[in-house]
Order: sequence, then C-alpha cells, then structure tokens
Amino acid sequence: MKPEEIERMRDGALAAFAAADSLDALQEAKVAHTGGTSPLALANREIGALPPHAKAAAGKLVGQARGAVNKALAARQEELEAERDQRVLVEEAVDVTLPYDREPAGARHPLTTLSERIEDVFVAMGYEVAEGPQVEAEWFNFDALNIGPDHPARGEADTFFVQGPQGGTESGVVLRTHTSPVQIRSLLGRELPVYVICPGRVYRTDELDATHTPVFHQVELLAVDEGLTMADLKGTLDHMVQSLFGEGMKTRLRPNFFPFTEPSAEMDMVCYVCRGESVGNPDRPCRTCSSEGWIELGGCGMVNPKVLAACGVDPEKYSGFAFGFGIERMLMFRHNVEDMRDMVEGDVRFTRPFGMEI
Amino acid sequence: MRVPLSWLREYVDLPATETGRDVQAKLVSAGLEVETVEPLGADLKGPLVVGRVLTIEELEGFKKPIRFCTVDVGTANGTGEPQEIVCGARNFAVGDKVVVVLPGAVLPGNFAIAARKTYGKTSHGMICSGDELGMGDDGSHGIIVLPPETEVGKDAVELLELVDEVLDIAVTANRGDCLSIRGVAREVAIAYGLPLRDPALIDVPAPNAFGYPVQVSEPMGCDRFTARTVTGLSPEARSPIWLTRRLQKVGMRPISLAVDITNYVMMEIGQPLHAYDRSLVQGTIGVRRAGEGERIVTLDGVTRELHAEDLVITDDRGPIGLAGVMGGANTEIADHEAAENGGASTTDVVIEAAHFDAVSIARTARRHKLSSEASRRFERGVDPQAAAAAAQRTVDLLVLLAGGTADAGVTEIIAPSGPHTISVPANHPDKVAGVEYGRETVVRRLQEIGCDVYGQDELIVTVPSWRPDLAEVNDLAEEVIRLEGYENLPSTLPKAPSGRGLTHRQRLHRRVGRALAGSGYVEAPNYPFIGEQVFDQLGLDADDPARRVVRLTNPLNDEEPALRTSLLPGLLAALRRNDGRGSHDLALFETGLVFLPQEEQRVAGHLPVDRRPTEEEIASLDAVLSAQPRHVAVVLAGAREQAGWWGKGRPADWADAVEAARAVAREAGAELVVRSGQYGPWHPGRCARLLVVVDGAERVVGHAGELHPRVLKALGLPSRTSAMELDLDVLEQVGDDTPQAPSISAFPVATQDVALVVDRFVPHAEVEAALREGAGELLEGIRLFDVYENAEQLGEGRKSLAYALRFRAGDRTLTVDEASAARDAAVALAGERTGAVLRG
Repeated sequence: MKPEEIERMRDGALAAFAAADSLDALQEAKVAHTGGTSPLALANREIGALPPHAKAAAGKLVGQARGAVNKALAARQEELEAERDQRVLVEEAVDVTLPYDREPAGARHPLTTLSERIEDVFVAMGYEVAEGPQVEAEWFNFDALNIGPDHPARGEADTFFVQGPQGGTESGVVLRTHTSPVQIRSLLGRELPVYVICPGRVYRTDELDATHTPVFHQVELLAVDEGLTMADLKGTLDHMVQSLFGEGMKTRLRPNFFPFTEPSAEMDMVCYVCRGESVGNPDRPCRTCSSEGWIELGGCGMVNPKVLAACGVDPEKYSGFAFGFGIERMLMFRHNVEDMRDMVEGDVRFTRPFGMEI
Repeated sequence: MRVPLSWLREYVDLPATETGRDVQAKLVSAGLEVETVEPLGADLKGPLVVGRVLTIEELEGFKKPIRFCTVDVGTANGTGEPQEIVCGARNFAVGDKVVVVLPGAVLPGNFAIAARKTYGKTSHGMICSGDELGMGDDGSHGIIVLPPETEVGKDAVELLELVDEVLDIAVTANRGDCLSIRGVAREVAIAYGLPLRDPALIDVPAPNAFGYPVQVSEPMGCDRFTARTVTGLSPEARSPIWLTRRLQKVGMRPISLAVDITNYVMMEIGQPLHAYDRSLVQGTIGVRRAGEGERIVTLDGVTRELHAEDLVITDDRGPIGLAGVMGGANTEIADHEAAENGGASTTDVVIEAAHFDAVSIARTARRHKLSSEASRRFERGVDPQAAAAAAQRTVDLLVLLAGGTADAGVTEIIAPSGPHTISVPANHPDKVAGVEYGRETVVRRLQEIGCDVYGQDELIVTVPSWRPDLAEVNDLAEEVIRLEGYENLPSTLPKAPSGRGLTHRQRLHRRVGRALAGSGYVEAPNYPFIGEQVFDQLGLDADDPARRVVRLTNPLNDEEPALRTSLLPGLLAALRRNDGRGSHDLALFETGLVFLPQEEQRVAGHLPVDRRPTEEEIASLDAVLSAQPRHVAVVLAGAREQAGWWGKGRPADWADAVEAARAVAREAGAELVVRSGQYGPWHPGRCARLLVVVDGAERVVGHAGELHPRVLKALGLPSRTSAMELDLDVLEQVGDDTPQAPSISAFPVATQDVALVVDRFVPHAEVEAALREGAGELLEGIRLFDVYENAEQLGEGRKSLAYALRFRAGDRTLTVDEASAARDAAVALAGERTGAVLRG
C-alpha cells in the first residue's frame, strides 16, 4: 500500500466535496468517497491482509486520510446547510409592519378609572372606600348634613325628587345630590376613628351642555378622629394633588360657606401645566388655567359639629375634615376634555384612547 | 353684589394706587368671592362734553327719520362755533342738554369717532346714548338728556363718572351683610387695616308717639318696624346723575327719584326699604300673617293668592305688601311720568324700614316664585340695628333731593331681644386650625369684625348685629382663621389607622371592568333615566316585574320620568348613537345600579338631627328606599373580528353575549349555569337563561343572546344585535374568590375522541355533563370541538357533537384499555341520559 495512492484517494475525496454545490451533490460525493465501496474503505479493508509488521504503518496512513476526509465532509455539510437555511429564511420573510387589528381593543371609561386612581391614593394611606345608595332619604342627603328644610338646594329646581305615594315630593326620597350622605352612613355604621373615601354618581337638575350634566361623579373624603385640624386637611389635599399631578404640587384654600362644614373653604390647586408661570405673563398663556395659575377643585372644611352630633359623635372629643370634588371637572382639566357631552354619550372614539387605567 | 370701587372709597381711605385687582386679591383671601373686576370706561377717550341743542332740522327722504342738529359745545371744539351733528334719535328737543362726543374721541368697544359724511351732510361727532357710553340701562334706550342746569362744555367723562371699576362678588348664603356697600367696605377696611366710615352711624331721632301708626301683631315674623313720613315732595324733582350712575353701576335700573333713593339706601346700608304713597294708605299699617284666600296684586302686576304663613303688610283695607318681598300695587308711589299721563304724582310718602324673619321670607319668596332684592337680603340676614339709620338716610335724601319735609313723627316698634353671645375657649380657633394664634390674636380678630369680647381662657363673645351667621364656636374660629389667612395654614398629614384595602365587592367591580375591556368591550356609562314605553319596545310582558319603576316628580325630560330597572335601554341607545356616528363594529359594556321599587310605596320620615337616630329609625328610612342592585350588561353589533389580510372577519353574535356572561362569572368565581330560555327582548331561539345556585336552589341572574328582531326594529338597532345582562350583586354573593389549586400529574395524557349523534334540540351542556359524570375520576378535561347537522348522514333532526376527552391518572401511566373503558362509560351514560349514540 503506497502512501501516494492513499494521498491520491484522500485528495480525490476532498476535491469532490469542495466541488459539491448542493446538499444532494455532497450526499453523492459522500457515498462515493466514504461509503463501503469507496477506495478508502477498500484500502482499509486491505490492511487486514497485510503482514503484521506493515499493519501499523498502513493503519495509521489510512486512518489519517479517513479522518481528514470526514472532517472535510462535515465542514462542507455545515457550509451547504447554512447556505440553504439562509435562502429558505429569506423566502419565508414577512412584512412585520402589517396591522393586526383583528379584535379591536376595549377600554374602561375614564370617569371610572380616574375615580379608581383617586381611591387608590387614599387606600394607600389607610382610608377605606365607602359606598351608599343613589336613591337616598332626604334625612341622609340633607338634614343630617345641616341642610335645613328651608335651604334653597332642597327645592325641585336643584334636586330630583322620587315620587311619593300621593304623586308629589312627599316621599322624603331624592336622587342624592352629592356623595355626602355616604359620610353620614359611614359615621353611623363604622367604628371611630373613621377615614373613608366616598366615590360615586350624583344627580342635579342641570340640563346637559358643554359644562353641565345632570348625572355626574364626585369623590368625597371624610376623616373623623381626635385632634384633627385644618392643617391636616390642607396636608391631605396637598398629598392628593402631588399623588395625582406630581411633585411640587400644592393647594390653596379660600374661605367659603357650606352648611356641613365650619370653617369651610374652596380649594384650588396650582395649575399642573404652567405651575403658575402664566400669571401676568402674556407671552406664555396657559389654556388649562386660563392663565389664572390656579385650578378650582372643589369644597372642603372641618366637619360641622352639628353633623357630628346628628351621627352621635361627640364634637367635644372628636373633630373631622371633609372635602369633595367632581371627577368630570378633573377629567376635563387633566386630560383636556373640551365638552362635557363627550363624557356622557358613550362614543367609543372618546373612550378607547383611555385604555385600562389613567 | 356689584360694588363700584369709587363707592367703596367713600367709606375706606384706600391708597389711591390700589386697583380693583388689588382689592379683589385682598377680598378673595378674606373669603369674599370676587368673580370679576369690570373696568368701566377703560378704553374711553374724549373729548366727550356737555352740549346744548341749538337747532334741529328734520331730513326728509330717508328710510328712517333723521335729524341734522347744531349743538353748542362751548369752546370744547376749539372754535366755539356750533357743532353740526346728524342724529337718528328723537327723544330730545331744542334747548336740551346732551352728551356730545367730538371727532378724535374713542368710545367703548374701540369705536373711533371722526367727522363723516352721512345722509347728505357731514356729521362732526355724535349725540350719545347711555348704551354707547357703556353706562348700562337707564330705561330710555334713547340719548341722554341731562338736567337743564348742567354746564355747557363741561367734561362728560367726569360728570357721568364713566371711568370706574366694579367688583362683582358672589356672596355666600351666610353673608347677607355683604349684600351692601357697607358690609363689603367693612371687609375691605379689615383686610387693609384701615378705619371704616360706617354710613349707618348717623344721628337718628328718638321714636315718639306721633309717627305714622303701625301695629305689629306678628312679632315673631317682624321684630322691628320703623316708619317715617316725608311730605311735600316736588313732582319735578329727578334723580341726580350721581345717584342714577351708582344705581346703574350696581346693576339697578333708575326708575323715579323716590324709588331710586330707597334702592340706593338699600345698596348702601343693606336695609330693604319700601315707600308707600301716604295718600293711598288707609289707616294703621299692620304686620300679620295672611288669611287663607286673601289676595294681593304686587308691584309687578301679578295677582297672588296668599298662604296662611305669608307675612303681609296691611292697612284698613287688607294687604298692601308682601312683607320683605314686594310691595302692593294699591299703594305704589306714582312718578312724574304717571303724573304726566293724567295721574297725580306722589307728594307724601311713608317709609318702611323693617326686619323680618329670614325663614318666613324665604318660604314666601319660594312659594310665590318671587325673588326680589329685598327677599334675597332678608333670607340671608339683614342688620336689624341699621333699620332706623336706613330710614333716616332715606328721609335725608328725600329732603335734599326731592325738596320734601321730614315729618317729626318717628314710629319704631321693636320686639325685645338680647344680643347674641357665644362662650368659646380662647384656644378653640388654635385647635380647629392646628396653629397657635394665641389669645391676643383671637381677641383682636374678633374685635375687628365687630364682636365685644370679655374673659381670659373662656371668652364671652357678643356678636355684632350685622353678623347673624355667627352662632356657634366654629363660626368664630372661622373668622379668626380666615382673617389670619387660610394661605398661612401649615400642611400636616394625619396618621390614618391601617385600612383593610378594597372590599371583595369593590375588587370584583374593577375586575369585571378589566375583564370585559380586555375582551374588547368599551365601557359606556349611561344616565339612568328612562321612559316606560321602552318596556313595550323591549317586548316585556304586561306583568313583567321590570315594569315596576321608581318615578321622579321633576324629570329633566318628561319623556323619561322613571329610573331604569335594566341597563339595556341606556346601553342600546349608546349602541345606536355610535352606529349612527359611523362606528358599526361595536361591543359596549356598563356596570351600574338599577332601581327596583319596594312592594309598598312609603314615605321616609323626618328624623331628628340633634342626636344619633336609633337603629330602628335608620332601618325605617332604608326600608323606604328602592332596592339598588348593581348590574352588568354588554351589547354587541357588527363585526366581532375584523376582516383583514389574515382572512375573513366574524360577526358578533349570541355566543359572544353568552361568553361575556361566562367571563363575568369567572371573575366572580361563581358557577354559572347556562340554559336555553325565552325572555322579552331576546330572540326566542337564541336566548340563554343564566342561573346560579343560591342556598341549594337555582336562581335566574340574567339573560344573554341575540335580540328579538321586533326589538331591533322598535329600537332602530343594527341587525343581529346581541346583549347580555346579569345581576352582579348575586354573582358576588355566590362567588368564591379563593380558587383551589388542582393537583398536577406529570404522567402522560391519554386522549380519546368521540362523536355522538343526538336529537338537535338536546343541549350540548347536558351531553357534556353526562360524559363528565360517566368518565369518572380519570377524566382531566373535555372539549367540544365540532358540531354539525347533516340529514343524509345523521338523519333528519339529528346533530353530531364531537368531543376530545383527556384522561390522566395521578399515580401511573394509563393503559389504552383503562382510557377506553372510561370513555365507554362516558358514552354509555350520555346515551342513557340524552339518547346519544356513537357515530359509526
């Protein structure tokens, strides 16, 4: 067995592999040069017939050649597979920019999600969410809140009355005009101290227009404990606007009058858009606050001791604060809603962009 | 309340540099809501002068009468020559004094005046009306004719006080004192730390026995009545310019001198006044409650049927005024115009300055739907101590301006009452505010608002007569805190006790919303107002309990006087609205309350407010309220899946509606039973009845499916609209929110498919239930993967249901024989229960 012959066989195989331009051609070359009847296989078989002293050298010679051939085959195999994969994957390419709006997304109404967002701020502080009926007894909606029988808000001009047995307003039942009756129910039904947040639907006899709706949503807060002060009210309001509108936000209180709080105040928050910088600055007008620097939020105050007394809470021992504001209004200035009607008509084009949470 | 800055300055020496904006800021901080500051005459530029009309030439041949006038304006035009002016107004004559604007001037609204050709003449300026000068309503709508003594050539800007600022204040219901210049001036004085010149601090003669006779028989309703008489009023006297201008600026229309004076004093001091024509009052003036059936014609010409609680002013004939609200026509004073029309002008008047009970006046005003300047003030509180001064001020002005003579008689009837005092700990304001003001500050602030304060740690505070709203200790605390500045309150956070987070019910409401939105539904909350005809449109039976509604006495829309008992009317209307606006592929949901009246309609009683009501009292109120369960509903129309490059779309149908119900039940952890049903709005063949098991008994909690074609037609809805509605409260009660973990076996699964043929009306749910039961414990899962009907292969009225059954054991690999045995047992039970046979 001549080394030159073995080398020729090896080189023949290497050349055949290199020449194979497809996996099929390589398969043929593989059979021809590594199969049972290939020259190298035959040569390998001949080793057994050699005299013992020649076996080792011949074995080494053939073994090295077969090793080189197999290695070249594997390398070429890998090369050709990579080429094939490349080609196929290119053919399988798609336009990934195609839309897939097969099932259009749903959404929750922003009045719902904004209300939840506000609830969560207070739940995180230890408050609990309290709810109550929307068809409500006048005692809860008015009397217990120190809104006496002659208060103008109790007239049919402001309040929806449920028809009584005689067909008139004698029922003593109304559609609640604010979420404040839930405060009364909380004071009557819960152990002191009471820290609750009361979100919900309320009703007033306003015709629907760009800035009014007869059905709207409020969030009210009530805290009754020993030693609560107006400073605590202010701090709680500041905390809320910071949670909802970002660091550095603050509120301002202006004296006002409500029957159920004394002292009472109107609360404003710094305009979260211009932070007050539009005031007296005609070059930088602010649409959100009309360059006032402040945005009106709602009413607040220290719970009137008469309200505490009506709920059996000792005003000598306990004090409390409360505030309330409209969700619609906040949605309007927080999300640039220009027309109240958009919030009540249920148009999917309005609601969809708000998604699941705001 | 409109407050001219010029008028305020009469009582408070504000620095000359203070603008309306500055005063606004101070008052807002002190608690008066100054809504706007209206600049008067800010863009006005002269020359604007007094002129005397010399000649008037009527120009003919135009569509409307036109006058060519010459007017003497003195030397104001630089030449001294008569000014030639074309004028379209007719309410003036030769010799009248008028206001002339000359070329070069600019009138309000940026209206530049120049000489211009018009009606064939050149007009060198204009003769002005009140409107053109921004003066407000003077009642004439014509040009201004000035008093004859007015000096020609005089600057009219100053004469007519055209440049001013008016603060418009929204006065809260407790601050009746601020419905007067006096009250606002007091707040301004406190805010600036300046002294107040109180217009009510004037000398008043002591009452005597020879004033006009007055008899108050209702001292609870009228605790003070002052009557004064002025005689010999000149019929020629007119309101001077300063008086009419101030009335215009506060928003009142000048009428006649005597009326203008009473209005002026009311605005100044806050005391409503009434002037009776003495010649028309017969006998003693009385104050009493009206008799049932009595009538009065008020000044506005309306005949009013009186109520027994109405407080009236009377003379010998009967009512001559609705006390504190409006005077009667039968004693109305006649002005010069009435006199010119043939009547007699009033020369003698009786002035009434009285104090009436706030609640009584409020009720009368509301009962007669008659809110007047007087009633607004009495309702909110009038200073009883100022009545005599206001009467005196009125008398003084009538003497000064109308040439009258004050009668020496002074009638004053006063029901005895002590001043109101409050005992308050000196540190109470500190405790309310959370700020240490200290006793000295508290006392000083209370004194500033007019209180008398005595005592050390416990203060005895006598509140001023003009602040009847100060009744409780917290009222006093508020005064101190607001004057010290709400803006100076610190910001502290109380430590709330640890809360328990949202309740199960609250979390469920959020989850249901997220689940439905996650499956493509858009939330659409609707008004709960409905008209009862919608029940007919929805095809409800005549005796359907959902037809029993809560009704409103005063609905906004008479077509919708009731409250919903179902969410569908509102939600379907929203679907129709969206469809009409071009959104046709729709899936909407709502969760909200419905209102179900109690069996028996009752009245909620009046509970006391001075103590906690008993549990029985609370329960008695709750028992009257309607039940208000929370429902969830969905409606669908158009495509549920869109067509696109991926292939065809899929229309929304009954199955989506039923699946929405299942999704809600899953969130609630409730087992929902779906049966075929028939109910009002739904297609009778495509309606699912939805049930849950409550205390061992099945209870219907809602329906789902495709709507009835008649309902679609009646409500104008798209074809194949589908809907679902569920009682969420019941689902919440039966739901379990702590799901139990299944045991997960790692042994291999054995799958067996079976196709069963059943009668087409056999529900899948029954077949599946039988398969499940028959298969026993080895069954891991079952899934229906095909349904078809084919008369040729299956026979008429038959259908094939194909199920994939998955078997697995927790402790071993199942053999094929074990799985097959379980399958056979399943098929056998299904055959027994539903007549199902294996498809050959």
